[in-house]
Order: sequence, then structure tokens, then C-alpha cells
Amino acid sequence: MPRPKFAAAARPELADTRSRRNLRGATAALRGREAAAAAGTADWEDLREAGRAIGDGALLDLDAHLEELERAVTEAGGTVHWAADAAEARLVVTGLVRATGAKEVVKAASATTREIGLNDALARAGVTVRETGVAEMVVQLGEDAPSHLLSPAAHRDRAEIAELLRRAVPGAGPGLADDPEALAAAARTHLRDRFLRARVAVTGANFLVAETGTLVLLESEGNARMCLTLPETLISIAGIDKVVPTWDDMEVFLQLLPRSSTGDRMTPYVSSWTGVTPGDGPRAFHLVLLDNGRTRALADEVGRAALRCIRCSACSNVCPVYERTGGRPYGPVHPGPIGAVLTPLTRGVESAADASLPYASTLCGACADVCPVKIDIPDVLVHLRGKVVESRRRRPVPTPEMALMRGLAWTMGDPRRHEAAVRRGVRWARLLSRGGRIRRLPGLLGKWTEARDLPAPPAESFRGWWDRTRA
Amino acid sequence: MRVALSVACFEDVLFPGTAKAVTVLLERLGHEVAFPPGQTCCGQFHWTAGYHREAAGLARSHAAAFEGCEVVVAPSASCAATVRADYPKIARAARDPGLARAAEGLAFYELTEFLVDVLGVTDVGAYFPHRVTYHPSCRSLRTLGVGDRPVRLLRSVRGLDLVELPSAGECCGFGGAFAMKNADVSVAMVADKVRHVRDTGAEVVCAVDDSCLAHIGGALSRLRGGVRTMHLAEILAETGPA
Repeated sequence: MPRPKFAAAARPELADTRSRRNLRGATAALRGREAAAAAGTADWEDLREAGRAIGDGALLDLDAHLEELERAVTEAGGTVHWAADAAEARLVVTGLVRATGAKEVVKAASATTREIGLNDALARAGVTVRETGVAEMVVQLGEDAPSHLLSPAAHRDRAEIAELLRRAVPGAGPGLADDPEALAAAARTHLRDRFLRARVAVTGANFLVAETGTLVLLESEGNARMCLTLPETLISIAGIDKVVPTWDDMEVFLQLLPRSSTGDRMTPYVSSWTGVTPGDGPRAFHLVLLDNGRTRALADEVGRAALRCIRCSACSNVCPVYERTGGRPYGPVHPGPIGAVLTPLTRGVESAADASLPYASTLCGACADVCPVKIDIPDVLVHLRGKVVESRRRRPVPTPEMALMRGLAWTMGDPRRHEAAVRRGVRWARLLSRGGRIRRLPGLLGKWTEARDLPAPPAESFRGWWDRTRA
Repeated sequence: MRVALSVACFEDVLFPGTAKAVTVLLERLGHEVAFPPGQTCCGQFHWTAGYHREAAGLARSHAAAFEGCEVVVAPSASCAATVRADYPKIARAARDPGLARAAEGLAFYELTEFLVDVLGVTDVGAYFPHRVTYHPSCRSLRTLGVGDRPVRLLRSVRGLDLVELPSAGECCGFGGAFAMKNADVSVAMVADKVRHVRDTGAEVVCAVDDSCLAHIGGALSRLRGGVRTMHLAEILAETGPA
């Protein structure tokens, strides 16, 4: 079944009052903390500009940086695999897991694995995936989809999480309280057993440092760090857009990311790992570099700015649309405003669902204001809307919307035509109105009057008044 | 000063009171107002909806309608923002350097910018004895950065009781085609905006964009909310006992 358009996918989310209350609470708390962190950093604007410049520079010579990265990872004893699309990435990872003979993998901190549908692929290969991020684990236990990039269970409250853990963690017992300490302790007990048993781990990475072949990951729980150190085999998967040229560049991003994601000056756990080290950590390290539409986005001269994204979720936390729908209507890849551009940029706008994403915004601009790497998201949204319309122009029969928009432009293209149409329109609108308001409009405009009135146009337009009194 | 008026296409028909108020206000301040007849629409709706070819055509004729005007004033932040912030982008998308040059040659202002920055007035001699709250539209707030200019103008109105709107900077959910394409989300957003407006106890909610006001007012009207929407210009044009 094809994925529904944003508007249709948003409907059940709007009706879920509990999820909406939880999301509103989570985003309001985060944006308050983020704003305070930005305000408390004297050189915040300089940092943003530096982040923008490093991101652009990295993308400009992406091929060279990727080659350097591959060389450095290989020299450090790791193996680099290239995956052009999701299918290839799934094949590489399932092949690597199969070769170890493991029937269970632990997984942490990877939206990229969701992008490629890794869990299902591994399940089909007879391998059980255990999410180790607490929020991811809650989503997995609840058998639902994540709603937030940073805290995937932002739509759940403590009572719901306690209920899920009571059922899933046999040791937790029915008496598990729903205070944060008790929940964290139950999750810890549950996860410890998984970590100690695991022979293979799959992780993502926030950054890939080309010059040293180092991967960097930021997290608040320490569970990803357990995945990085305990198992024998470590498989990290990351998009090719995560490359930064030098270790020095991390100075900027290690300041930008925590402030924009959780409002903290520093992330509790910053892990970096390079290849393999004899006698310590995993004995085998694989890095899977994923394209999956990223070079397509890179080829788009307006859209490529979106590849600077460092996945902080600040744009989601300020987005009034996201606050009401959560992340799920944006599709499986990236939620929020950045998802509304990254998904169509990497996948194209051929499907109705992907074509609906650039319209899932009022273009209010709040996202651009907070983006730590200064991505002008509304600019990219408008650019992508242009692509959607261009793709519709190629259809033999114009859509009603296209006929309306072309007709409007033709009418307004000439003052005389415009004035005649206005006179006609006013007559019709006044016929539709009762008591100075229009409660139902026909056709495509009917969407407006589903819940809003339109004022009836006064008998005299401004033009008419001007001609009568001033001309 | 001779001031050319730019009136939004839907404003001309649905909210003629706004442009009349601007005319009355500017004439009261001693300026000559002109209404260049060639203007129809700035092309914003087509541009933001993705109809970029059509937007370029409209932008060309809109820019041409104001060619040679000393100064152009629009009582609509979103139209002013379109000319100033979007025309360069429209020109680039259409590969039309002529349009870019034409846009650059226009001194195009949103009304409150013009009053405060160009004319240097915040007290326009208005009298409006009502409780009013102000909704800063997204384009005025973020694209143009009009800041507190509208509030300073309102504070100088005699008799006016200005009350702050909670979560004022949050979008009302109009967003042009968004209100139709994502009607349910749009309504959820305006429902919150209307709740905040009613929480203030104001009789009037004003803004510098009739588009947002049409949205907020449309929801208030359906609810019989007992709150009026007015364009800021209409308040500034009101006078009373000296």
C-alpha cells in the first residue's frame, strides 16, 4: 500500500490528544532549553556561520573527503563498504551479520538504519534486533513508529512507558513505579543482559572525520558506548553527508549540536572510535557508507544546503506543524521540517506522499531561525514545490489545481482582465454570503470554509472607492 | 512625499478598508497618495505554491506597475517581503536578470517600516479607546524583521489598551495554500491562536497582514468569538476628540 499524503497521515495524529499533549510538552521544554543555550553562548552567530561554512566546504569536495576517509579507516584496521541505495545497504549489513553466525544484534543511535529498513531485513534473515536506546526500545516495545528524531518516544508519557516496561521486563514486576529513576533502573536491568550477551552491534554515527578515519557519536545515556565497546563485531552505518574534513572541525559541531538538540552545553557521552585496537574493543569494524539519494540531493543547487543538517531536531521543536502532527506523517526517513526537504530531495517527488511533504509547512520561517548550520528550510521547500509543479506539468490532463492557478495567473496578468474578474467575483461572492460572511465556498476553495468563514466582499472594492473619490 | 500604494489583490476586494485607512492616514500626515492602476498581484501565492513560471510573469508586471515611483508602501508584510526577499529568487529561478534589477530599483516598504523608519513617526495622532492585542505575522517578524515598530505605533494611540498575546510569535496556520492543502493542521493551529486571542480579553486583534487576519477572523467568526479583527492601519486611521 502506498504511503499516504501528509494531510491524510496527519489526521489520526491530530485526533490523538494524549500524544499531542506529550509532544507539546516535549517540544516546548526542548525549545526553551535550546533558546537559553543559544542565548548563553556569546559567539553563537559566529559558531553558526562556522558550521555553515564547514558543512558547505565538506560537501563541495565530498568525493575527495570520502576517499580520504576510506583510506584512514582501512589503515586503522577497519573495512569500508559502499552502499548506493537502501537495498544494497541491507544486503551488506545482513551479510556481515550472517558471517558472524550471530542470531541477535544490539543496535544504537541510528536513524539511518530506519531509513534503509534494516530491522525488518535482519528479521527476515533470522536475526533479532534489540534496540538499546531507551526511547528506541520504548518505540520497539510499543510496536509503533518514532515521532521525534532525538527522542523517538516523545509522544509517550511516563505512565505509558511504565506500562510497556512492566510487560516487557519480567524482573520489573507489576509494581514498577512511573518515576524517571525507577523507569531508568528497569531499562538498565533489561539492557545489561542484552549488552553482555551481544556479539554484534550496529550503530550510527553523528560525524565521520575524514583525515583520521574517526567516527563520532553523541548520546545522553551511554548505551551506544556499550555497543561500541562490548561486542566482537561492530558495524557502523552512516550517510555520506556525515563527513567533516578534519578533527578540528569537531570543535564547532561539538558546541553546535548539544545546544541545538537538548539545550545542553555538552553531551553526556561523546564517543569516538577509529578502526580496531588490539586487545580492546571490537575485533572487527565495518563502516557502511550510504548514498541512498544523497548524491541526488547534492546535485540540486538549492537543495544541497539541506545536506549540511547535523540532525539536531531544533527545527522540529519550533515547527508549529510538527508540534501538532508529530514526526510520523513525514514518512519513515526524517521527521519535521528538515524531513520535509530531505525526503523529497533524496527520493524525488514522483510519489504523491513525497510530493506532499514540501507543502507540509506554512513557511513561517521559525525553523530557519534556529538551524545551527543556517539551512534556509523555507527556501528549499519553495524550490521543491516548484519541482512538484514542474513534474505535474508533464501530465497530459491538467489537475484542477493547475487549471485554477494558471487561470488566476492569466487573469491577473492584465489589469483590465483582473478588474472584470474582480467585478464578477464580487457579485458571486455576495450571492454566497449571509450576514456578511461566507460559510461555504465551492470547489477547491471549499477546504477553507470547512472550519472558517470568509468575509463577504463589500460592494465596493478599494479600486472602486479610489476611482470614485480620488481619481 | 508622494507615496505609491501597493494593495494586495485579495485586500482590494475583501478588505478595502485597509487601503482606504492607509490613504486617509498618509494624507492626514501630509503626504500625497498615488494608486498606480497597473497593479494586480505580486505573485506571492503562485511562487509559494510552486507555480514559479506564473509567479515570474506576475512579478514582472507588478514591478513594472511601480517603476519610477519614489517610494512604495504596502499594508501587507507578506507582499512587501515578496518583493524584497523573493523577487531575487523568482528572478534567479526564471533566469531573468531584468526582473532582479527592476526589483532592486524599488523602494518598497511595509507600512509600519515606512511610518517609523522613513517618516520617523510613532505617534500618528490616532484615538482608539479599545482593548487591543497584536499578532505579529511570520513574514513581518522573520522575513522583514519589523520588530517592535507596530507595537510602538500602537502604544502611541490615545485611549488604546494594548495587551500582550500569549505565544504571539507562533504562526496562525494560514500559509497560503497550506490552509487548503493541510486544512486539518491549519485549523488545529488557528484554534490555538484563537484561544490565545480570547485569553487576552481583547475586543480587537490586529496585525499588519490581512491574510493572517482573514484566517484568524474566519475562525473567530465561526466560533462567534466576540473578538474583531482589524488591520493595524485601520486603528491608526481612527481619530477622536482632540
